Amino acid sequence: MPRDAESDIRSLVEPDRVHRRAYSDPDIFEREIAQIFEKTWIYAGHETQVPNPGDYWQFQIGRQPLVMVRGNGDEIHVLYNRCPHRGVQVCGSRHGNGGDALTCPYHAWRFHYDGSLESVPLEAGYRDTRFAANKGDFGMKRVARVQRYRGFVFASLDPRGPDLVEWLGEARVAFDDICDRSPVGRVEVVPNCFRVIQRSNWKFFMENQLDAVHPSVTHMSTGYAAAEVERKLKRETGSQPLHYHYLSAFTTPFEKWDQLETAGYPYGHTTLGGYMGLRPSDPDTLAHEKILAQAYGEQRKEEILGRNIHHVLIYPSISVQSPLQQLRAIRPISHNRTLSEIWHFRLVGAPEAIYRRSLWYYNLVNSPATMINADDLENWQRGQFGLSSDGGDWVSFHRDYGRDTDANGELHSTNGCSELPMRAQFRAWVNYLTATE
Amino acid sequence: MAEHITAASGADLATYHDVSQFLFQQSHLLDSKRWQDYIDLFTEDGLYWMPPAPHYTTWDGTPSIFIEDRDLMTVRMKRVSHPNAWSQQAEWATNHVVSNIVIQGTDAGSGDLLVQSRFHMLEVRRDDVRHFAGTYQHRLRKLDGHWRIASQRVDMVNAQAAYEYVLQIWV
Ligand code: FES
Ligand SMILES: [Fe+2]
Repeated sequence: MPRDAESDIRSLVEPDRVHRRAYSDPDIFEREIAQIFEKTWIYAGHETQVPNPGDYWQFQIGRQPLVMVRGNGDEIHVLYNRCPHRGVQVCGSRHGNGGDALTCPYHAWRFHYDGSLESVPLEAGYRDTRFAANKGDFGMKRVARVQRYRGFVFASLDPRGPDLVEWLGEARVAFDDICDRSPVGRVEVVPNCFRVIQRSNWKFFMENQLDAVHPSVTHMSTGYAAAEVERKLKRETGSQPLHYHYLSAFTTPFEKWDQLETAGYPYGHTTLGGYMGLRPSDPDTLAHEKILAQAYGEQRKEEILGRNIHHVLIYPSISVQSPLQQLRAIRPISHNRTLSEIWHFRLVGAPEAIYRRSLWYYNLVNSPATMINADDLENWQRGQFGLSSDGGDWVSFHRDYGRDTDANGELHSTNGCSELPMRAQFRAWVNYLTATE
Repeated sequence: MAEHITAASGADLATYHDVSQFLFQQSHLLDSKRWQDYIDLFTEDGLYWMPPAPHYTTWDGTPSIFIEDRDLMTVRMKRVSHPNAWSQQAEWATNHVVSNIVIQGTDAGSGDLLVQSRFHMLEVRRDDVRHFAGTYQHRLRKLDGHWRIASQRVDMVNAQAAYEYVLQIWV
């Protein structure tokens, strides 16, 4: 990258504040696409989205329309969804099955699930052409790298850089925490993906996920409304369904959130964790614990349930709520538009009640009729509005600045409300955008 | 579902008229933001359900866009009525049109009247216009001489499309 571009990026990020152009400048956005999204590991999907040979699911990395395809066995391929003949999109549905070969709708070139060319009609017509001499080049292009961690598939458009596991680092806990809660260590996707467009820069979403100051402000209306009905049900029936708590918990005061801990890791991954309140001891939880103890032994079970991870952010593309088996992936569209994909997972072998419990969270908090994200998206849109104005140049990330411990590239704070996650993300942001190769 | 229907056709004109007025009134309550009156159209065990796609046959154990009984509907009503419901600061309004009303018959077990209709909802929020359209499946029950909704299934043709922003209230 040219020197002036590099110093431009560096001038936008100070340790405790960030210039608004990081959110509002379309040129910066283009650089993010090229230097972050089209280089690093981006979430493709879960392997159970494509359980059978030829199953595919479309998604996008940066500007690239891709398709994740199940091969004949365990293998999963990620291909550019483009025909090498004249460029036509090969897989046309959001998801489906390609039959015995992926077939281009224009002139019927056919491809194996790994993208290699299976056949073209009237092949004699290519005799003595460069096509005949280089047939191996006429497949659907594969992305540079595809790797999986515990069933979660990531792709990178760049052959260089760390392996997935190294890159995930401590943020692996997101997937370990989800999968280890299954007695067989596996999850299955619930085959429905809600998609919601945020009218804001993708970083608003990333920063919001670990912003523990916002819930009791942003979600006050839903928190109080749910608490009121929850009390009424308790009065009338002596108990209240657990899912009301998912909403009424948004009345939790700042002080309580501040008792959590935040951490920031290299590459911008961040976690919010720690112990808040009592471990649930209802019959469903106890039945689940018993199954885990049988599968893993008492000690290992306690390790698994003692993790207390609330939220893990795997920069720059996903947010994982492992205790509720929910995952949101973002696909930036432009500097002020971001598509989010919202998924829920089932713990294989765990009691049905545990699935149903987290399903309520998916329905009430993460569906397109969400009573929670309605106010988040509103805030981010207003944020985008403000940062597009000349009303001020800087975004403040001062909360608890100077009190992070900073060692071996990791930031830690014992304040759940610290703006450490934002500072850690921008540290990675600068590294990505100023990388020389 | 068809096998449970005792009289698939031949609903009398009075019933048709009655049901039509009821559906029009339901839309009117939504468009006028009369949330409590809207909730009161539902029976005590009434359900409002919007599945993610037409092939869903039950909300029980499957994802939903909306799945609300009167209590959850009350949460939603109280949320949008709260002075600090920030997303409600943006001016918005809807206009529903309901048509293609078909009285499908009577459920043999419950005696509920099964009614299918089509809706089109236009929403204006700030300067943005959105359209939602699809099918309503009502199960109507006569209580004290008035129709009540035992269940309302809403299949939006845009259910699986990417949402520009979210749905804050029932469609
Ligand atoms: S463009 Fe695909 S076969 Fe011609
Ligand atoms: Fe939020």
